[in-house]
Amino acid sequence: MNYTLDFSWLQGSLPMLWSGLQATVFLTVVACALGSLVGIVGALGRNSPWLPFRAAATAYVEAIRNTPLLAQAFLIYFGLPALGISLTPMVAAGLALTINCGAYTAEIFRAGFEAIQKSQHEAATALNLSRRQTFLHIVLPQAFRSVYPALSAQFVLILMASSITSQISAEEISAAANQIQSTSFRGFEVYLLISLVYLAMVLAMKSLFSLIGGFLLRNSAGGRLVAERAAP
Amino acid sequence: MTRSFGWPDLLFLIEAARWTVLVSLVAFAGGALGGALICILKLSGGRLGGAVVRVWVQLGQGIPVLMQLFLFYFGLSILGFSVPPLLAAAVAFGLYASANIGVIWLGAVDAIPKQQWEAGETLGLSWAQQMRQVIAPQALRLALAPTVGFMVQIVKNTSLTSVIGIVELARAGQVVNNATYQPFSVFFAICVIYFILCFPLSLLSRGLERRLHVAH
Repeated sequence: MNYTLDFSWLQGSLPMLWSGLQATVFLTVVACALGSLVGIVGALGRNSPWLPFRAAATAYVEAIRNTPLLAQAFLIYFGLPALGISLTPMVAAGLALTINCGAYTAEIFRAGFEAIQKSQHEAATALNLSRRQTFLHIVLPQAFRSVYPALSAQFVLILMASSITSQISAEEISAAANQIQSTSFRGFEVYLLISLVYLAMVLAMKSLFSLIGGFLLRNSAGGRLVAERAAP
Repeated sequence: MTRSFGWPDLLFLIEAARWTVLVSLVAFAGGALGGALICILKLSGGRLGGAVVRVWVQLGQGIPVLMQLFLFYFGLSILGFSVPPLLAAAVAFGLYASANIGVIWLGAVDAIPKQQWEAGETLGLSWAQQMRQVIAPQALRLALAPTVGFMVQIVKNTSLTSVIGIVELARAGQVVNNATYQPFSVFFAICVIYFILCFPLSLLSRGLERRLHVAH
């Protein structure tokens, strides 16, 4: 094997990689933020006593969780124009990732809502809080703390999944890699570098979340919950 | 020349789905082998083994599957032979699946109380006997549901092998779309076929979780 690694393509490609990196971060942040909102609504739907809402939420969650993101992205980006809805690649990518993220966070939040003890609801009723107030001030904060680890793990998965949107020509960092590969013919070096960039982003995201988690769970009901579970 | 999306196309898609199933099975076999190796490396207690497992899992779980596919597709070719896409897919999915399956199985072994090992030792069982006759049967019950759940992830991720030229379901969808130019119908059909493959596995995983967790 006489192959020498050649990274000379890097010189002209840095601006493209940098804007790809920004797009990846942008897509991830948007999909996680909007996806969480969709997930909260989805979780409410899954537990709703009203059948149409419950059925719609269940259908949404099952349909998304049992089909590949790639196929969902194709359907949104190539399929929707046939119905008269044309989206730019970045919008389609953001939409696909948000819808995908929402289905997974819906299940995460559902578990979080179900873990809230009945006495909390009773106490809220005793304090004459409305259902809205109970949800916003009692249920959501506690559920958020208890689902925080699962939620942050899901966000990391969304960062990695965002690479798939390169297949609908969203110009994030994987698409930049594809483009550089096709002009430099240095596929191995290009994807090695991009893989390391993803790895660095994943590790940075994980440390950031555990840092935030440390503050969030300290001296809180969620923190005590975690501590009690850890020491049975 | 376009024609409309009809039965022959649907049949073509279903035929292509066989490749999705095949790649999934290859990926799962590689993942199970690698996952078992991860367990052995980690549980044998050596410091080197632990370090290897840490790096292995970090790479398998911290790099997008799409990048792993490209990396091995181009990486293997620098060894000087043209890489069959199926080989690149098998290696890439071997890394990705083994890291995830290894973590699931290690978690299951960790969840078995330490006293079970000690009881085995008291009975004069060797480490291998403890593992095989005491720990593994119990860990298997715990690991079964998440392992089946992960198979859903594998099936879905095989759609990415379309980028290195395997004509599985997702790629077949693109081919049919190029011929019929009815993207909504075609990709909707693709999603339905994936759903038919994945949903039973999801249900099985959930059923197993309910059944096997009652005892604990």
